Amino acid sequence: MKNIAVIDYGMSNLHSVIKSFQKASNKKYKVCVATTNEDLKKASMIVLPGQGAAKSCMQKLTNSFPRLHEHILNKPFFGICLGFQILFEKSYEDNGVDCLSIIKGSVNDFSKQISQDLKVPHMGWNNVEQKKDHIIWSDIPRTSFFYFVHSYYASAESKEDISSTTTYDIDFTSSVIKDNIFACQFHPEKSSNYGLQLISNFITWSESLK
Amino acid sequence: MSVAKRIIPCLDVDKGRVVKGINFVDIVDAGDPVEIAKKYDKEGADEITFLDITASHEGRDNIVGVVEQVANEVFIPLTVGGGVKSFSDVRDLLSAGADKVTINTAAVANPDLINEVTDKIGRQCIVVAVDIKKSKEQYNVFTHGGRHKTQLDAVNWCLECQERGAGEILLTSMDKDGTKEGFDNEILNEISNKLSIPVIASGGAGSLQHLYDAISLGKADAVLAASIFHFGEYSISQAKDFLRDKGVFVR
Repeated sequence: MKNIAVIDYGMSNLHSVIKSFQKASNKKYKVCVATTNEDLKKASMIVLPGQGAAKSCMQKLTNSFPRLHEHILNKPFFGICLGFQILFEKSYEDNGVDCLSIIKGSVNDFSKQISQDLKVPHMGWNNVEQKKDHIIWSDIPRTSFFYFVHSYYASAESKEDISSTTTYDIDFTSSVIKDNIFACQFHPEKSSNYGLQLISNFITWSESLK
Repeated sequence: MSVAKRIIPCLDVDKGRVVKGINFVDIVDAGDPVEIAKKYDKEGADEITFLDITASHEGRDNIVGVVEQVANEVFIPLTVGGGVKSFSDVRDLLSAGADKVTINTAAVANPDLINEVTDKIGRQCIVVAVDIKKSKEQYNVFTHGGRHKTQLDAVNWCLECQERGAGEILLTSMDKDGTKEGFDNEILNEISNKLSIPVIASGGAGSLQHLYDAISLGKADAVLAASIFHFGEYSISQAKDFLRDKGVFVR
């Protein structure tokens, strides 16, 4: 049976991510926890969830998965939340952290940019505005609610990479799509039916990539 | 544009079963947490809160099982509280699939617990539940399910929780709880304006207008309610429609 590997680097709660991929894949795939490079090698798809701070995330990832960069470029990849942010060049969290530089752009602090009346973290349901016609958005209305929890936001430089945007006082990049990579700021595993639909679309898309 | 205002049904769980007369015609087992959570998800609940009211020590492990079962099948944020005492309690609930854990008495007894959870796991997962009651000169904080009065002032305590890293405040007015007269919008407004973290209003919802008032007058970021939804008086989608018609941004 083919594998979907969910990367575990000790910083996030994997339960819901694993269960949502199991549900969305209709048990066609085995959803496994990956803790080593070997696990990633065997996988058909890679999922990188994440919570917490960018700096310790980058440290733990580079220590445990020295060849992560290569795997991300070569296999269907789904990044969630921090797993989305670290694809950019730089995050301004913790006085600045160099990230994977797979997507051009940076990750910035909401509290420095938005009106004082708005609360940070940006937590709750907000509209995701699709910017691309793509199989990943099949059966999901062009503007739909997804669940967010984050204090830093990403800005992709190239319009080509932006799959959706969201507004929280300012417009930010809420998902990107590039080659074999899809990644989003919001949590599909907590976004009810449209979240599950998105995961299922990702699996369908991944299968077409091979 | 802001984030959508949240509607959160709250379920009381005793020894692993939902209690307090849930009354839905289309639910076969009204005590089954999974079935009820599914129903609320389908209706458009933005989050679900489980409050463990199990009195006996032996029954307490059940809540972890409940969270796990619900998280296996319901894919919206889940908050769990009731009797959470230590960091390991918090961790157990989160690894079972909860997204946020509510602490109340333990936060007052040991405020460093808030810092500990925030430092180790992140501020988004800790909700401090603050039960308050009005006295002459201030609002006092109560613990132990409202049985113990403390000398803490509600506003100062909420600010301290924020300072220590709480992600949200769940503010329950004991004066209003169970009355169905509406939330205490005055104190809600004061606290919400002073805090930079979200405030969830609880206690007193008896009508859809009350939910609207908590958001418009009380400046609540979310409203939590039990009986108006459980007894089928209103559905979550009716509440959403009502708020949307009044210009509130809801999912």
